[in-house]
Amino acid sequence: MTALFPGRPTAVPILALGDTLLVSLQGELHDGMAEQLQQDISRRIADSGAVGVIIDISGVEIVDSFLGRVLAEIAASAGLLAAGTVVAGMRPAVAITLVELGLTLPGLTTALDVERARELLAQAAEPGTWDRCQRGT
Amino acid sequence: MMAVPGPVTAARLPIRSDADLAWVRQQVRQCAADLGFGLVQQTKLVTAASELARNTLVHGGGGHVDVTPVTRGVTRGLRLSFADSGPGIRDVELAMTDGYTSGGGLGLGLSGARRLVDEFGIDTVPGRGTTVTVTAWAPGVPTARPGL
Amino acid sequence: MSEQETVESTARRLGAFLELRREQIAQRWADAPLFRTVFTVSREEAVEACKAVVDALAGVASSGRLEDITSSGFDSVRDQLGRMTDAWTRMGASPARIADEVAALRSPVAELLRAESPDPAAPEAAEGLLAFTALMGTLRLVVMQTALTSGEELIERQRQQLLEVATPVISLWEGVVAVPLIGTLDSARSQVVMESLLEGIVARRAQYAILDITGVPTVDSLVAQHLMKTVAAARLMGAECIVSGIRPAIAQTIVQLGIDLSPVLTRASLADALAYALSRLGIEVSPRASTR
Repeated sequence: MTALFPGRPTAVPILALGDTLLVSLQGELHDGMAEQLQQDISRRIADSGAVGVIIDISGVEIVDSFLGRVLAEIAASAGLLAAGTVVAGMRPAVAITLVELGLTLPGLTTALDVERARELLAQAAEPGTWDRCQRGT
Repeated sequence: MMAVPGPVTAARLPIRSDADLAWVRQQVRQCAADLGFGLVQQTKLVTAASELARNTLVHGGGGHVDVTPVTRGVTRGLRLSFADSGPGIRDVELAMTDGYTSGGGLGLGLSGARRLVDEFGIDTVPGRGTTVTVTAWAPGVPTARPGL
Repeated sequence: MSEQETVESTARRLGAFLELRREQIAQRWADAPLFRTVFTVSREEAVEACKAVVDALAGVASSGRLEDITSSGFDSVRDQLGRMTDAWTRMGASPARIADEVAALRSPVAELLRAESPDPAAPEAAEGLLAFTALMGTLRLVVMQTALTSGEELIERQRQQLLEVATPVISLWEGVVAVPLIGTLDSARSQVVMESLLEGIVARRAQYAILDITGVPTVDSLVAQHLMKTVAAARLMGAECIVSGIRPAIAQTIVQLGIDLSPVLTRASLADALAYALSRLGIEVSPRASTR
């Protein structure tokens, strides 16, 4: 995938599933691609009126403070556009490393996989429940 | 059967662009895997390398990293030395504090990377540049048969 | 001819002899315990393994470095020798015992070598035999070194296995896993606990993970820190972690040490933690109405 062409950043595709946007990150993500993705998601939410964003990171081998910040910012700006964001499928080794790094991303809602993320967003579709299903609040 | 890891040789990699950061991560991952690091240890080292390489690129205006396999008795490890000739760091202690940032990040680059490795050293001269050297050791007896 | 040249030409002759008699030597060695015990599937397999060793010895002899255990000639058989010593080690053989089995390979070939010689009393015959003895001594050292390394690896593997055995991840309900911790938690063990719990969460798709510390005698700030890290990592993966079984004495220590466990969800017992997880999952457990 993108890892085969380290010199050639490509855009990350955004899939629409009903009123939810699904982004599946794979392998190496260049800083530029991540920043591009952040802008693309905001635009897609505004254009489509999506109420949920799922970022599947099960294919991501490392999350450093840069990508961590991008994920947190995507969630924050999606929140301003009234869409909930769930980060799904973080690998155990990545989670351990992030905690050790000091990045616990408290504002981020997480799920084990995309299916669970959809369940969380479906629960949130009932008015007023989103805040409740966000952990740590 | 036991996997016999390939030989790990010292290398110098340039850090001049986003694509170089990705290349450094891939190379460090490969070396760590060849040295018999476990998955969590690999992930920690690659993440530390990513933080430090980004510092070299963003704050140091680019530079390079030397990747060197090292041994201590039967233990094998990997040493990474990130060097730039940028503005240097005026207050190292402050720069090592969680949350300190000069580049709009989360301020976890240096202090976070330090927690992910076994040894950490920083050498900086204001106006001349910065070199950050980190080492991670593979736990226990390596799976390869060194010296055989 | 200088002495050096004599030694080298003797070594080369030995190499040529090994190449020429490869088949015969392999047939004889295949019946020796060193090979027979390891290659149990077929004799053919044992013969092939023997041939590989003969080829390696021939290569080393031809290079003239009969006593060099680092000779590249051995490289082709190091893996195979490693597997053989592993098999012997697993059967409980010591490195010394394995080395003895290697030494036993000498005499069948020495017989062949003597029979080849037109004049067994000539100095060339004695030199040839001496060179072969030196070569077999080197092989014995190579095998011994392999066996010693594989012994160290075995100990390390067992230590790691022991750590993992000591921290089982148990499924309590669909979506709920638990790790009952018993004994002292040091840094290495905490690491294993954290990793196995997180792996268990992925493997069982668990939304709730319970860390039960009823069996942990003391909690210092390091252990508390590990608990909090585990909870934070589980949350990043999308699971909630509950710490249960904090005994009163430990609760006091935690407070006295000034450790803030407030970000961690705690319950008095494993049963309470399970009840909490079930209620969050929307599962109600109630006694069956009596039918009698």
